[in-house]
Order: sequence, then C-alpha cells, then structure tokens
Amino acid sequence: MSHNTDNGVVEAVEGEQSDAARLAHDESQLPAHRPRRTDYDPRAAKRAERQVAIMFGLSAVFTILFVVAFVQVGTEEVLRIPFFGTFGRSNLYLGLTFGLATLLIGTGAIHWAKKLMNDHEVVAERHPLRSPDESREEAVAAFEAGAEDSGFASRPIIRRSLLGAMALFPIPLVMVLRDLGPLPGKVLEETAWKPGMRIVGADSGIAIKPSDIPVGGIVQAIPADLPEIQEIEGNLNSRAKDVVLLVRMNPADIVSQQGGTAEEPWDFNGIMCFSRICTHVGCPIALYEQRSHHLLCPCHQSTFDLADSANVVFGPAARELPQLPIMLDAEGYFVARDGFNQPVGPSYWERS
Amino acid sequence: MKTLKARRHRAAAPMLVLLALALIGVMYAAVGSATTASAANEVQGGVDAQIAAGKKLFAEGCSSCHGLGAQGGPNAPTLIGVGSAAVDFQVSTGRMPLAANQAQAPVKPVEYSDLEIAQLAAFVGSLAPGPQIPADADLNTQNADMAFGGVLFRTNCSQCHNFAGSGGALSNGAYGPNLRDASPREIYEAMLTGPENMPVFSNQTITTSDKQAIIKYIQNMQTEPSYGGWALGRFGPVTEGAFVWIFALGLLVAAAVWIGAKVR
Amino acid sequence: MSAVIDAAGKAVGGLDDRITLANWSKRNLRKVFPDHWTFMFGEMALYSFIILLLTGIYLSLWFKPSMTEVIYNGSYVPLKGLKMSEAFSSSLNISFDIRGGLLLRQMHHWAAMLFIASMSIHVIRVFFTGAFRKPREINWTIGVLLLTLGFVEGFAGYSLPDDLLSGTGLRIAEGIMLSVPVVGTYVSFFAFGGEFPGDIFISRLYGIHILLLPGIILALITAHLLIVWYQKHTQYPGKGKTNENVVGYPFMPVYMAKAGGFFFVVFGVTVLISGLVTINPIWAYGPYVPDQITAGSQPDWYMGWLEGALRIMPNWETVAFGHTISWNVFIPGAIVMGIVITLLALYPKIEATATGDHGEHHLLDRPRNAPTRTGLGVMALTFYVMLLIAGGNDILAKNFDLSINAITWFTRIGIFIVPPLMFMVTKRICLALQRRDHDLLLHGAESGSIVRLPHGEFIEVHQPISAEQKAVILSKPDVVPIPWPEKVDDNGVRPPTYRKDKLAARLSHWFYQDNVALPTPEQIEAAEHHIIESAEEGAPIIAHRAQLEPEGGVLHDPSAAALLEADKETVSTQ
Repeated sequence: MSHNTDNGVVEAVEGEQSDAARLAHDESQLPAHRPRRTDYDPRAAKRAERQVAIMFGLSAVFTILFVVAFVQVGTEEVLRIPFFGTFGRSNLYLGLTFGLATLLIGTGAIHWAKKLMNDHEVVAERHPLRSPDESREEAVAAFEAGAEDSGFASRPIIRRSLLGAMALFPIPLVMVLRDLGPLPGKVLEETAWKPGMRIVGADSGIAIKPSDIPVGGIVQAIPADLPEIQEIEGNLNSRAKDVVLLVRMNPADIVSQQGGTAEEPWDFNGIMCFSRICTHVGCPIALYEQRSHHLLCPCHQSTFDLADSANVVFGPAARELPQLPIMLDAEGYFVARDGFNQPVGPSYWERS
Repeated sequence: MKTLKARRHRAAAPMLVLLALALIGVMYAAVGSATTASAANEVQGGVDAQIAAGKKLFAEGCSSCHGLGAQGGPNAPTLIGVGSAAVDFQVSTGRMPLAANQAQAPVKPVEYSDLEIAQLAAFVGSLAPGPQIPADADLNTQNADMAFGGVLFRTNCSQCHNFAGSGGALSNGAYGPNLRDASPREIYEAMLTGPENMPVFSNQTITTSDKQAIIKYIQNMQTEPSYGGWALGRFGPVTEGAFVWIFALGLLVAAAVWIGAKVR
Repeated sequence: MSAVIDAAGKAVGGLDDRITLANWSKRNLRKVFPDHWTFMFGEMALYSFIILLLTGIYLSLWFKPSMTEVIYNGSYVPLKGLKMSEAFSSSLNISFDIRGGLLLRQMHHWAAMLFIASMSIHVIRVFFTGAFRKPREINWTIGVLLLTLGFVEGFAGYSLPDDLLSGTGLRIAEGIMLSVPVVGTYVSFFAFGGEFPGDIFISRLYGIHILLLPGIILALITAHLLIVWYQKHTQYPGKGKTNENVVGYPFMPVYMAKAGGFFFVVFGVTVLISGLVTINPIWAYGPYVPDQITAGSQPDWYMGWLEGALRIMPNWETVAFGHTISWNVFIPGAIVMGIVITLLALYPKIEATATGDHGEHHLLDRPRNAPTRTGLGVMALTFYVMLLIAGGNDILAKNFDLSINAITWFTRIGIFIVPPLMFMVTKRICLALQRRDHDLLLHGAESGSIVRLPHGEFIEVHQPISAEQKAVILSKPDVVPIPWPEKVDDNGVRPPTYRKDKLAARLSHWFYQDNVALPTPEQIEAAEHHIIESAEEGAPIIAHRAQLEPEGGVLHDPSAAALLEADKETVSTQ
C-alpha cells in the first residue's frame, strides 16, 4: 500500500529502491500472462488475421455501395419496413452504407489489437508531479531576479498608474455592447390593443360576431392591425404579445371577471377575451378544457380558470391571464373596449 | 434405466409452457372477440322510422345514464341540442356507450352497426337543432390547401394533439387522443361538436373549407413517410433521449466492454 | 513498400531536424495506458465532439442563419408557399434537397446527444472512483466547464433551425431572462435586440454556436487531454498495481489501435442510427410562429432537468415596492442550475476539506470504500432523475394513462424525500459490502460444497480467495478522520482556528462514519491458516467426489457440457 505524506509526495513504504528494481518487483506481482489461442495456435492466428482483413475489405465494399446509393437514389424515394414505418430511402441507404463502412474499420482495428497484437501488460513508473525543492528554489530565484530587474516593486507610481490603466482598459470592450439592443423602457407594458380595435381570427383575418361562437367554443384571435404591424416592424414580435383567445361559456357559469360594470361589462353574453401569452414564461396557451373552463398551458402545465378571472389553479404560473375588455361595434363585430390594464406575458422586475 | 427426467429433451419444459400459452391465447381470442356487426347503412322506411328505431335503441342502451328524454343525469350530460354529428362521432368511434366512469371516454370496439348508429343519431338530432352529420361534399378535400391546413392545425390543434397527432396530456388524466387513425368524418365531427374537453370549432370560425384543409393536412400526416428513419412514436425529445441512453449509449458501452475484455 | 518507408523516414528525419521529434517520440510512443472499459467514456465524448466538428462544418456550407422571412419553395409539399425564416427554409433544404443532407443533420444531432450523454457517464465514473482527487482537481474543473458549455452549445445548436419546438424553447429562455431581478429586462432586450423574438437572435446564436463555444470547448479539451497525458491515467487496484506505477498497454500499437478503432466504432454507430432513426423532424414541427405550440414541448434530454424544475416549482412571486421577483421562474431557471454546477465544480475541494485527505491518489477507489461519497453521488443522481421525470410528465401521463397533476405532485414531494432515502440505502449497501470484504479476508470464499464430518457436523468448505481478489480488497486505504481539536492549548487559551477545526473534524467524522476497517496483517495471516485447515478437513470428501465425477461435476464448468452430452447419448440409445 502507498503512503501519502502531507505535501502529497508519493513515497514507497519499502524504503529506498531503484526504479528498475521497483518495476521488476511490480511486474512480478502482476497476474500471470494467460496466452491467447492466437498466441499458441498458428491456425487461430491466421483465422483472426483473415477476419480482420475481411472486416477491412467489407468496409471498402460498403464505401463503394455508398457512392452507388448517393448517385442512384433520389431524396424523394421511400421504403416501407414492416412495423417500423415508411422510411426515406436515400437517408437509409446512405446511413447504412457509410455507417457500416466506418464501423468495420473500427471493429477490424480492435479485433486486430485484441487477437494479434502483443498483449503483455507493461509497467511504467510514475514520477512525482511536484518539482524537486531545488527546482522550486531556482524558479523563485528566477522570478525574483526578473521582478528586481523590472523595478515593479520599487517604483510605486509606475505600478499604481499601470494598475489604474489596466483596470480601466476593459471598459470599451463592455461599452460597445450597449447597442446590442434598445433599453426596455415601457415597451413591455404596451400592446397593440387600443379601444375600438377590431378582433379578427388569427389565421383567417376575418372579423367575429357573437353568433359565430357556440357555448364551449374558442377562437384564436389577433388585433386587426397585426399584419400591418408585422409588415412595418419586419418581425413576429406582435404575434408574440398581442394574441388573444375568445371563449364562450354559459353566463351562469362565470364566477368572476377581472373588471367591468353592469353598464360597461368586459364580456358579452358569456363571451370573454383573454391574453393568450402565459404569465409563467410566455408560451402561447390554447388548451381549453371545455368541461372545467380551464385553460392549460402545454409547456409547464400552468392552469387558469377562465370562469374565475383566469386565476391560476395549478402549476407554476403566479398571475392570472390578463383579460381584454370587449364589446360589439356598430356592425355587430367584436372590438376591444379598452387595452389591457396590465402587462401581458411573463413577469419582470419592473412590473408592479 | 434413466429416470423420466433424464429421458426428456431439455427443451421439453419450455415448449410445453409455450404450447399452453398459445392454447390459452387462442381460446381467449375466440371467446372474447366481440361479434362485429355488419349492416348496410340504408334508410329503412323513411326518416320517421329511423327516429323511432333510434328512440328504441336509445331507451335500451343510453337512457340509463342520459335519461329517457336525453335530458342528462348525475353521470351524463344532456344530449338535447348536441346534434346528430355528436352521436355519430361518439358511437362510431366506440367511445359511447361508456363502460366505466373515467377521466375520459376511451376509444373501444364499436357496439352498434352503421344502421343503428344512423338511427340513434337521427333520434338525438330530432330533439333540438344541433350540428349535423357532414355530407360527403363537406368532406371533399380535393381543392383544400394542405399548407394552410397545417397552419390552422398548428394554431388550433397541435397543443392538445401534438405536432404529429400522436396525442397529448390534459389535466387530471384527460388527454387529446392520437389522430393517426382518425377518419375525415371523425375529424370533422370532433371539430364541430367539441366532444368532452375539446372546445367547439364552429363552421363560422373554422369554415368548412378550413376544416377540409385541416383534414387534408392530417391525412397527409397519417401517411407521410418518416424520412429520417424510425419515428419513435413522434413524441419529440423525450423518446429521442430515451433512445440515446438505452440503445445508442448501450451499444457504445457494450463496445467498450468488448474492447477491454480479456481474450481467451 | 520500402520506398514508402524511405520517404516516411526522410519526412520524420526532417521534422526531427526542426523540432527534436525523436526526444518526444522515444518517451511517448510506448507510453503505458491502463485498459478498462470504464475508461472509454471520456473517449466517447471526445469522439462525439470530433464528429460534431466534422458534421458541423459540412452543415455550415448550406445553412443560412437568418430570420429574414422567405416563402418556401422547396420539395416538402405540406409547407410549400408558407412564410418562414431563412434559417428554417435552409434547414428544410438540407433535409430534402441535398443528398446526404438529412443524414448530416441527424448525425450532428445524434452526436450532440451522445456527446453530453458520454460526458455524463464519464463524470459519474470519475466521481464514484474518486479520480477527481489530487492531482486531478484541475481536470475535474475543466470537465465541469466542458459539461456546462456542452449544454449551452447544444441548446444553441438545436435552436438554429428556428422550428416550432426549439422556438418555444427560446421563448422560455427569454421568460427566464426576464425573471432575473434588476437586470432581467436589460438582459433580454440586449440578447434579442428588443422584444421577443426580434430579427437577429438566430444570427447571434450562429456565431456563438460555430465559433465562440467550439473554440473554447476545443481549447478546454486540449488542456484536459494534455493533463491526462502528463499526469498519466489512474488505474483500478489489483495485483501489481500501486500508487507509484501504471500498468497497461503501450500507446503504440495497442492503445492506438483500440482507441483509434473505438473512434471508428463511435462514428459508425452514430452514422447507423442516423440512417435508421429520426431525430428532430423539423418539417413536422413547422416553422416557429410565436402563437403556435405543440403538446409535449420538451427541450433535448440534457436540459430536461431544468424543464422539470420549471414545471414542479410552486407559483411563488413577490410583488413589493413597485417591483416583482418571480421566484417561480428565477429559482428553477437560474438558481438551481447555478447551485448544482457550483457544487459539482467545488466537490473535490469540499471532499478534501471534509476528509482531511490531501494526498496524491493514482489508484482508484472502489465505490464501496467511500460510502459517504457514493451515497452523495447516488443522492445527486436521484435528484437529477426525479427532475427528468418531472420534465417529461406530460409524455408519461399520455402514454401510461396517468394524471399529469398527480405526477407533478409526486415529483414535487418526491424530490425532497427520495434522494435522502437513496443516500441512506446506498451508504448501508456500501458498508455491507465492506463487511463482506472483511469476511472474505478472514474466512475465505464459500465453495458451495457442504460436507458432513465424521462426527456429524455439517460445514461449508471455504476456499482462500485468489491473490488478485486479495490485492483488490487490500487496496482499501486506511481512513483516519481529522482528530478533534484541543479545546484549549497548553496556556489555557482557545486556539483562534478552533471553530473551523472543530467543523472540519465533525465533517470528517461524518464522512468516515461506520467505516469497516480492514483486518490487520496478523489477523489475515491467522485467518488464512484457519481456512487452509478447514479446507483440509473437507479435502478427503472432495477428493472422493472427484473420483466419482472425474470430469468435475456440474459445479465446475468446462465439464458440465460434456456431462450433458454424455447424458443425451445414453438417452438416445435407450
């Protein structure tokens, strides 16, 4: 067994021994070498040699087959395999041929090493990783000589001014990152919803009447201006923020809403409108479970009760989904009565 | 003389067990299989006769939960106003009659013939106006825009049914079912009637033409090849990760064991 | 052939003229490497990374990392005519219109999963065998960095195609950024160039993914390998293996062939699964649109633990003084990951302080000989697996007919109960194995032969264990907990470091609690005599049995088949 001193130098317990003597001792301690079949039976050795050569040879064959498959098989061709389905032929053939070509080189080399290469275990000496004390002293002396020559220690104003300059130096490297993006400002509090903004179908773009939505129905909707906003801004930011859900339930089932009065209700005959951006981390929600009036987010299972102010009833979201007050315009289509009275989407530091 | 045990072939015992298992299996299959009804979907004796026949079937098979007048009960909702489409969907997929109270009615072997389903649907449809079974023209996807159907699918359907229609979990044991074997009529009726927890997608918000586009997309999804190889159930990264750890890593660790193994 | 050798000789000579090649070669061509299959996990990670570099270079020839909107006009019909980003469109192009493109994409993605999986089992092996101890703490730290960078690199990589699934992941990442107190909105706006999703994030990810992170990872891997090369690899205990030597095979030719061959095996397996199994079918997900989403939105497996943490965290949020702190997002999104990675990185220091063991270790520990460490490792793994389960709760619920709410509650509570339970169970198992080793030394191994002695007593004949097994068991290091500090020194004054020393002593006593010390050499020698005596007692009976069954009987393997053959023959002749 080894013995470790406090400073970690490895010493042998048996006292001073030369490297060679120690190695010889260790080697004699190794379990006896068991000869392999291929060591004493020349036919077995020849067979192993053939096996390795066959593997390498097959690899070459598969490489050629890869070339054939690449040239012959189009990417649209398919092949049906029972139980597993229909695969793309090109990907399958290219993968099989190249894969086997590569694999066989590996198995050939390993088989060669295992069966035919010398398998006598060898012992080598480990040398201490810690430098000898003399080296350490010499290194320290070299460093001190260099430090002395530089005058770093003896010239304080050079030292301090250098440190000062180097300390400030990284500032431009950080400063130039300022224009990575605009400052957040109040942007997160605003959406495209303004009073009177028409509510239209998310993919159809068509305006919505109350009679379009039966009890138990939902409609994914967007502000009518959204396509124009996307065109101007050249990105999908509006879709990540302004999307809403219209849901209809029996008015008797509604327990509470986030606002509204008898004269200016936020719903219309049991049809309510909520932001569709989850207040947890922003996934778009639309798993409406009709029977329970629950809206489930597929990302982390936050569940909101749409009949009760979209309050959270399960899951990691902490806040209710903001409700958009709605009413009908003169032609009988849904419009926003007002914008949202709170920011939509995930919470952030500045949100009060 | 050798004992019986010594005379017996060493594979005799396993073979006997296999034989016994096979026999039990065959017997169970023969006895347990439901008799599949087969009847042409004919209208016999006009609509009134249909409704009357349906009323009789309803009284026998459905009224114990839904009430004789289909007004509902403690365990079952009212069927007044659900329309013939709802009945056609529920009964032709085997969801109804419900065998036991669970989080969601599962698909099971269909218990009524096509004719009987038509009669039941006619009866319930006659109780109050509601969504009708779609006509063949409604299910015609020839001119449908598959790509737009995909957009609609990803906006309205994939959050419950998953991107490939493999199904997804809802709260408390409910689930959006697997769509890979759904027929166009089933899909249309489900969207129209909003069975159980599924919301209702009326023909005003998702028009018939939209529905056809969605159906066309789903049909393509059902038959589309899995271009990259075995699809692992089309559930996404979870099954892919399981495959990596069990098969890919398993194979490589086996190779490592092979490399390090002593040779005889 | 000899012409080739001549040319090679000339080239090598030329190199030696310039960089003293022979000096290095004479020492290193026959360098000794220990051979054990568990040492190949690190190689798996290395080779996976090389495959990633290669396939990544090829992919970069066709991929367009831009969020600019284009109309798709390629050969995948269900998306034809749709608006999508150039990133997604070029990924579709690679998948359907470039021959071998789908294979390249899948190879790249499978190799990434294998890269992190191999690093994980490599970390696990290094941990449980104590290979992180001095002098290998630097390499452990480099390794933890590599693992962390691997997560980030993978996340960046699978987000590049801008498909529905990975875009959802980016949205979640942005929500996590927003939750950071004080600076969250700034971090998010600077990362995305404004609100989510903006029009620049994919391009930024691209530069990070193909240049910055691979560069850092490559540098770290190089340092990692150089250190292993210089310090020499650790080895398992056994006969002839000491802390001062290394036993194995020479680099050339055996190790070169085995390691080189293994590279081709890893490569080949990666290509094969890329031809046979689909991964990340982006065409089925569709392009990322922020108001679309799929059920079963999970990140790749290596982020699954973070996803699980996000799912099971209770919905705590504090709103005060006009500001919001979203504990429900910030804790699982940032703090949990930070704590786990920090603890992992600091573990060698923690264990060295707790045990007081600052010696050099080149012989690996058997996990049973470090029960507390092994228990802690199993506890950490259990915690990780519970989070993984939580991350896949909807897939589990759908496929096994369970309630997703029930699974969430199970993992919420289980994550505090199951890991400590596993710690206790593991520690007890390790201690039991230590006791077994102790018994093996003193009583030998059971031979399976029950013998009745002439005076009526039944004994089971024990045999002495093999020399190899004895060497392995005896490799157990003597463990000595840090001694309790003196309350007061000779002058009656309490030492200034008393508190710290007492804590260190307490930790080390806990770490080495219940350790089963090996018997002393005298006890072992006495026991060996006893074993041989009892073997001699049973010897006549065993010899008698040997006479009856010359081939050795069922218990002795090579003849079992022969006996059965003889048996079959006699049956057929009846």
